[in-house]
Amino acid sequence: MAASPITFALDGTTDIQADAPATRTALDLLREHLGRRGTKEGCAEGDCGACTILLGELEGDGIAWRAVNSCILFAPMLDGKAVLTVESLGTPGALHPVQQAMADGHGSQCGFCTPGFVLSLYGRSIGARGTEGAAVRDVIAGNLCRCTGYGPILAAAEATPPAPRDDAGAIELLRGMTPAAKGENWFKPRTADELAALLIAHPDARIVAGATDVGLWVTKQLRDLGTVIFIGDVADLRSIAEDEGGLTLGAGVRYSDAHAALARLHPELGELVRRIAGVQVRNSGTIGGNIANGSPIGDMPPALIALGATLVLRRGDARRTMPLEDFFLEYGRQDRAPGEFVERIHIPRPAPETLVRIAKLSKRFDSDISALCGAFALTIAEGLVTHARVAFGGMAGTPKRAAACEAALTGQPWCEAAVESAAAALAQDYQPLSDLRGSAGYRLAAAANLLRRIWHETQHGGPVSVLDERLDG
Amino acid sequence: MADAAPPPAGAVHAPLRHDSAEGHVAGTARYTDDVPETATTQHLAFGLAGCGHARIVNIDLSRVRAAPLVTGVYTARDIPGINDVSPVAGDDRLLAEDEILYPGQPLFIVAAMTRDAARAAARLAVVETGPLPAIVTIADARAAGSVIEPAQRMARGDAAAAIANAPRRLSGRVSVGGQEHFYLEGQIALATPGDDGSMHVLSSTQHPSEVQHLVAKVLGLPDARVTVEVRRMGGAFGGKETQAAAVAAAAALVAQRTGHPAKLRLDRDDDMAMTGKRHDFEIGYEAGFDEEGRIAGIRFDLASRCGATADLSPAINDRAMFHADNCYFYPAVEIVSHRLKTHTVSNTAFRGFGGPQGMLGAERVMDDIAAHLGRDPLDVRRANLYGPGRDVTPYHMTVADNVAPDLIAELAAGARYAERREAAAAFNAAHNILKKGLALSPVKFGISFTTTHLNQAGALVHVYTDGSVHLNHGGTEMGQGLMVKVAQVVADVFGVAVEHVGISATRTDKVPNTSATAASSGADLNGMAAFRAADAIRARLAEFAAGRFGGAAQAVRFTRDGVEAGGERIPFAELCRMAYLARVPLSATGFYATPGIEYDRASHSGRPFLYFAYGAALSEVVIDTLTGEHRVLAVDILHDAGRSLNPAIDLGQVEGGFIQGMGWLTTEELVYGPEGQMLTHAPSTYKIPTAGDRPRRMEIRLWDRGRNAEPTIHRSKAVGEPPLMLAISVFSALTDAVMAAAPGRGLPALDAPATPERILAAIAELRGRALA
Repeated sequence: MAASPITFALDGTTDIQADAPATRTALDLLREHLGRRGTKEGCAEGDCGACTILLGELEGDGIAWRAVNSCILFAPMLDGKAVLTVESLGTPGALHPVQQAMADGHGSQCGFCTPGFVLSLYGRSIGARGTEGAAVRDVIAGNLCRCTGYGPILAAAEATPPAPRDDAGAIELLRGMTPAAKGENWFKPRTADELAALLIAHPDARIVAGATDVGLWVTKQLRDLGTVIFIGDVADLRSIAEDEGGLTLGAGVRYSDAHAALARLHPELGELVRRIAGVQVRNSGTIGGNIANGSPIGDMPPALIALGATLVLRRGDARRTMPLEDFFLEYGRQDRAPGEFVERIHIPRPAPETLVRIAKLSKRFDSDISALCGAFALTIAEGLVTHARVAFGGMAGTPKRAAACEAALTGQPWCEAAVESAAAALAQDYQPLSDLRGSAGYRLAAAANLLRRIWHETQHGGPVSVLDERLDG
Repeated sequence: MADAAPPPAGAVHAPLRHDSAEGHVAGTARYTDDVPETATTQHLAFGLAGCGHARIVNIDLSRVRAAPLVTGVYTARDIPGINDVSPVAGDDRLLAEDEILYPGQPLFIVAAMTRDAARAAARLAVVETGPLPAIVTIADARAAGSVIEPAQRMARGDAAAAIANAPRRLSGRVSVGGQEHFYLEGQIALATPGDDGSMHVLSSTQHPSEVQHLVAKVLGLPDARVTVEVRRMGGAFGGKETQAAAVAAAAALVAQRTGHPAKLRLDRDDDMAMTGKRHDFEIGYEAGFDEEGRIAGIRFDLASRCGATADLSPAINDRAMFHADNCYFYPAVEIVSHRLKTHTVSNTAFRGFGGPQGMLGAERVMDDIAAHLGRDPLDVRRANLYGPGRDVTPYHMTVADNVAPDLIAELAAGARYAERREAAAAFNAAHNILKKGLALSPVKFGISFTTTHLNQAGALVHVYTDGSVHLNHGGTEMGQGLMVKVAQVVADVFGVAVEHVGISATRTDKVPNTSATAASSGADLNGMAAFRAADAIRARLAEFAAGRFGGAAQAVRFTRDGVEAGGERIPFAELCRMAYLARVPLSATGFYATPGIEYDRASHSGRPFLYFAYGAALSEVVIDTLTGEHRVLAVDILHDAGRSLNPAIDLGQVEGGFIQGMGWLTTEELVYGPEGQMLTHAPSTYKIPTAGDRPRRMEIRLWDRGRNAEPTIHRSKAVGEPPLMLAISVFSALTDAVMAAAPGRGLPALDAPATPERILAAIAELRGRALA
């Protein structure tokens, strides 16, 4: 196998050159080839956080650090970046304060998940992406511990003060690196134009953004991905533009990067992003990737559809724009031609009088896939519903608008009778399946109840969600 | 004496850190997968059955053998010894022969130069099968009469008559789901052949002696030729009591055949498909009681899904029977237990070992009676507690150490039960959509292996001439802090700091014929065995010191400042050196067998337990009556760890056990497919609690009056399993909240786990009932 060398700054200090076949995982590279066995594999699907590392990349004058799951990160994605593992921090007898607090506070029992927690908490202490202003429980929502019950870990985190990192050396190292543009079977374009050209030349290539989904095709399905185009370094796909009209996100924008802007667009979008996944997945996964992979659950699409988002697709220099809901043709099939890619998403700013409600129902609040996710954008003027957009994920083969429900609301007074008829209309809109996340009956009943919950909320006020923090009073 | 007060500043009872805490946080604590491989290490993967119950017609492995980097493929025919990795019954094939019993059953082993190559090749087999009828559910199995052993009956008095004659009667049922262990470190073993036909196996197992025995059996070797070693596990929870054996045996088989080290680490999905889980149960009951809710007679019908083979199911189901009383006296009782054989992965030990399911049945009855009478469930619980003259269990053992009434009273007062019950009622009156519920439930858990002969342990202690101490015993470390607890015991025997006690890997060539580290017994058994080993050396040193410095041996004192003898104070290391020169042996073994227990399984009577561990928890929850979503808001726990060997470690067990139990009863749902496939196969589909699920307010205290009535090691109590069952209070609180959504209609038909879907269904069913 021909070498496909990549370069990265291990510990932020040491220039490492390594072979990187397209789908070797970063975890294997670290454990098997660099002997970094402090980083553990718990699930190989990005759901437990035992393999958490910090990945740093130049951003402005500094380095943006991100906790990521190394088990579903492909080695070429380390190229040109800085990497921190648990070994980068302290050693027994000379622990880093984060490690010391965990050890002194009884934050480990079996210890297997511990390095992952240490990296997540270290990331918090240095202000890594996705941790700013977040509750500790959200910082570690992507780290599973089966022993402690989390209390000692939360306490250790609270006992650890923020401590910015001196990245001068790492910045120097990264600036001196020339990331590879390609390797055997893989490409790493830097601009959208390069990407467009590559896709014309390789229309069957697999586009990989954050690998939070495609990573599992390799680790779980053992699939050969063929030619891979990594788009994580395509700068112009990472643009975030906010204006009066709304928010335009490049398809490569990661959840953690878009989180604040989405929350500003509407707090319900912020809460949805918080619950989409743990920090590690939000630091890798992109909103464009989430749309392009066409999941019937579709973490973001129901909300974006309800808000009237549009999609720009590009092939070569040709672009077309479509309402997001039109992109999803049927289960597993999207309106994307060979060589075409999702370039950006525009989300209109909801009018101040628009009532936006997004509800994700799942067995677990954090880091779970929804049984169903409902999004409502209702404009109610003088007691009349003038405009209604309703969309659900998990209710059909694709994320889908609820046309009958919308029709039953639009033009009607906002009253219990109209709500009831709109709730009943959902049965015309959807014939959900039963699966391990929920039965068809539950999905339909709960979907209708979500609309009733909005009605109650507008009538009575007070908490209507069990997550309401007033309940902890 | 082990129960004497330790010297001042002793290690015992101190809240010391886990001995590996620094290694854990630094990532230097080494697990089996972290041991460097040699260049020729063979990497293995199992080929698993994709279908359910079937006859094997042919397995074509030609594509597997031809796959890149594959060095060998092994089937049942390649096993030189006996194709069995079962703990007791002889019914667990390492590799299937002519019948597939469940989806995910191992059919063959692939060895390759890399792990990925082995896993890829394992999927290339062409398996031709003839389908056979699959029994998947408890109902299927009951209808077909499919059992792993005959139903068992435990009884005292005439339950049927007592129920019939009682002023009030009710009957009901509840389903309780199983649970995946989800140890963060999956099953793994690394086998290294010796140059003399022997085999060394690094295994992530709670039961090294059994792995040794089964590896020897599969390889056709005497036990003495096989050494199993365990330094630590990345979690186990019962899931590595029997389930580690197949992985270890597979690695050892390839190591023996190739002469090279062989390593098998299961992918998480394979691990969840092919290893057993907590048994799911269907529990039926009928009870007769008075207006106070006091039970006169009760009958339980317990039925569990055991899976395809016996594994430990007989003992697990026995423990469900043992705990169907929990803290309550049943004047007349009959418990019938059905152990059902299904074509699903064989269920196994899991923290609590059947106890949680039996106990949940008892607590459901309390809630049902309370709903029936319109009384506060805590009053009904208190009315039924064991007490003077009401102290004989369904298995005819007298409860002699009952602290439940005191614990409950202290918790109810401290956590302001009455006040919070009123506050919840006020909240519910003011809110339409959200409803609160709360419940206080106790735990009484029997300590000892109910298979009496397992209650034994051995230890090996060496003291070196520099005064350092080497400690070895048969218990294994899975995160529960066993090693530091036992080291604390040994440190105090010699009066040295715990850092002077060198903790070593558990090895079958150091301490033989050990029991699994299970049944919460690790510290009780190994702590006492290690105490005895250390005490034997101490006695020799004392005798030597008395001879050298004068005074009686009994008067020699081992303190942190040195050994005091005949008016002299000698540094411990100095004494050891002198003793060595005087040819005093400084190594000893220790052995402990739990006294006073006996049990007759034929009549299900006797004294299976040395003592009981107790606790109580108050949980407060909120539910959304439109979506079924729910959250635990606050938890107060009071737990009895006796005189805790290490309060920090024990509090960790209480909190971790509670959250694990909460997961079992709320978010953790196992879903089987029609052929018995495990559809919840990874953390993407199987949801254990995250940090966000931890109640924002948790008050956990060890009971400061706790002291074991039995002479256990320093009067401590076992703490591994009992706290898990404190989480039954969450389930009862959820039941209470559902009831608040439609008051006056009786007890909701809520099953576990109480997922949002089940909560919503229970509300709908309850609202559909007429007012009582």
